Amino acid sequence: MNIPVLKFDAVIVGAGGAGLRSAIQLSEAGLKTAVLSKVFPTRSHTVAAQGGVAASLGNSEEDHWRWHMYDTVKGSDWLGDQDAIEFMCKKAVEVVVELEHYGMPFDRTDNGKIYQRPFGGHMSNFGEKPVRRSCAAADRTGHAMLHAMYQRNVKANTQFFVEWMALDLIRDSEGHVVGVTAMEMETGQVVIFHTRATIFATGGAGRIYASSTNAFINTGDGLGMAARAGIPLEDMEFWQFHPTGVAGAGVLITEGVRGEGGILRNASKERFMERYAPNAKDLASRDVVARAMATEIKEGRGCGPNKDYVLLDITHLDPATIMKRLPGIREISIQFAGVDPIKEPIPVVPTCHYQMGGIPTNYSGRVVVPKDGDYNTVVPGFYAAGECACASVHGANRLGTNSLLDLLVFGKSAGDSAVEDLKSGKAHRDLPKDAADFSLARIDAINKRKGGASVHEARLAIQRTMQDHAGVFRFADMLKKGVTQILEVEKMVENLEIKDKSLVWNTARVEALETENLIEVAKATMISAEARKESRGAHVRDDAPDTPEFPNGRNDKEWLKHTLWHREGNKIEYKPVNLTPLTVETVELKTRSY
Amino acid sequence: MQREAYERLRWRCIRRGLLEVDLALTRFLEETFDRLSEAEQQAFAELADYEDLELWHLISGQAECEDARLAPIVAMLRKS
Ligand SMILES: Cc1cc2nc3c(=O)[nH]c(=O)nc-3n(C[C@H](O)[C@H](O)[C@H](O)COP(=O)(O)OP(=O)(O)OC[C@H]3O[C@@H](n4cnc5c(N)ncnc54)[C@H](O)[C@@H]3O)c2cc1C
Repeated sequence: MNIPVLKFDAVIVGAGGAGLRSAIQLSEAGLKTAVLSKVFPTRSHTVAAQGGVAASLGNSEEDHWRWHMYDTVKGSDWLGDQDAIEFMCKKAVEVVVELEHYGMPFDRTDNGKIYQRPFGGHMSNFGEKPVRRSCAAADRTGHAMLHAMYQRNVKANTQFFVEWMALDLIRDSEGHVVGVTAMEMETGQVVIFHTRATIFATGGAGRIYASSTNAFINTGDGLGMAARAGIPLEDMEFWQFHPTGVAGAGVLITEGVRGEGGILRNASKERFMERYAPNAKDLASRDVVARAMATEIKEGRGCGPNKDYVLLDITHLDPATIMKRLPGIREISIQFAGVDPIKEPIPVVPTCHYQMGGIPTNYSGRVVVPKDGDYNTVVPGFYAAGECACASVHGANRLGTNSLLDLLVFGKSAGDSAVEDLKSGKAHRDLPKDAADFSLARIDAINKRKGGASVHEARLAIQRTMQDHAGVFRFADMLKKGVTQILEVEKMVENLEIKDKSLVWNTARVEALETENLIEVAKATMISAEARKESRGAHVRDDAPDTPEFPNGRNDKEWLKHTLWHREGNKIEYKPVNLTPLTVETVELKTRSY
Repeated sequence: MQREAYERLRWRCIRRGLLEVDLALTRFLEETFDRLSEAEQQAFAELADYEDLELWHLISGQAECEDARLAPIVAMLRKS
């Protein structure tokens, strides 16, 4: 078949914060740059971020990048690479000020500086007391960020391909990445983007869970493409959960609700947090609350016909307080839980929020894989940034507002690295003869198959399996069963059938292709989680409890290492954590407590 | 609505930036859309082109729709 070939210096897959930031570097360096996105750029999921972006500007009070670095290493439960963390925290000021120059309307202090607010985990003087470090633009930080960077790209002549879906990575016989295949949704046409640099900025994959705060678009396409092309995925067992997502919908209910006096109750209306955290009760930290909720549900004290949620009760609060202090919460509850929280409690469950792992990169945004004993061999031509990548700065747990920072810093450095690598002016490497065959065969199989599973069924099976077996609180037996079960579900995904066979604008086909990515992320997560026998950060196992020998269940002697999951044979290997920062001394191992 | 136009609209309802909007538009498409007149369907398609935050503020009642043609659809999108 004759497949059109479009030649660019660089293609960036993803037009969220990370993709747009990379594109600015490339286009402004005069390189011919294409950005592909499943949706219009400003509809990328970055738009959902409200809390802000971290940078030690010190506008409101004294702050220092080294304190930010300390908080990030501690947040990561020492699994983050300290070279990358130093790089990010040091660069934060620069990228935030740049964003300001791009026209980002940050909130300001009376004297015109960027206003900074407090956020959980941000401390001064190496964990001493809270510091104001988060920079925001009212409650539309992500939205404003996307708009500012999109405009900048338009000026720089970045070429956008909107409502295009990248399908597969193209690697030549020496393993160099030479482009991607992609499908234009409107025509159904498959095209080859032949490039000298390929950057993935495809965002997270939170839709592997039944309950997720992530928009439907987060199907982990970049991870699926990387895994199919033989690139391992790093630290995929680590997912941050938020304790209170609306059951069945996932929409986030802010911590503020418990702050205002909201109480969690089980099926017998018991205020169960009194048993788990007698002092802090419902105000205990996120992970304590989420684990208590999961335990109530696992032990049969959940509510509803399936006993699979608990209740967040604010009916005792004055309605005026609810309306004034918790704007939007009543609306969310009415829209998505079908209850008015003034009269009835809100059904909630621990909900998947953020993916710490991803495509392994170094701090320059270059994708790295193990080869001949070197864990960090660069894959020529391939870069990744943002939530799909693992630099690794978040380690086992992300610090709030560090992901918007991650996508600015590593979006920029991935772009800079590509510019540097392309400077030599080397020509495009040849495309393999069969460059598009793999993608075409995948599409063809979906088109032709009869009697297979529906996308809807398969997706639900993935999400239920992940939620039940690899949720916020993990049990050895459940993880073991989960591995068997997710490999069964994989067979379902290998056998997807769509009813609509039309070529043009076929959303069922696109969803089927997304589901083939989702399953790769699900397998990586389940298998990596089953294998890691300790508790660390967001990965908490019932059989690795808090003991004097292993505080919080963390076992540095055996498990201070990154997981790498290979799609081929579901093989797991490990690589060392980099505890050596670029210029400062290491942040010594310590028990993580707040 | 013609198949192609419908599929384009469907994509713009099921892949949004905000989960709240994904949920509200998907539900509307599945439960209500077929019962609308051609003109109402067109009005809904116009709304689906709004930015996510703007649309969520309308759906949740935190803002009012000033366009008289679109307001009845916004009212239907709201669940009370
Ligand atoms: C409710 C919520 C609130 C949050 N609040 C904050 C906060 O306050 N502060 C903070 O730091 N972090 C926050 N986060 C996390 C943060 O928003 C995300 O981690 C970050 O926005 C991800 O950005 P990204 O650029 O990596 O990906 P995204 O913004 O998700 O963009 C991904 C892009 O890739 C494209 N894409 C994907 N697959 C394909 C494909 N196959 N072909 C073509 N294009 C593709 C998409 O179209 C999109 O353009 C929040 C997350 C959520 C869910």
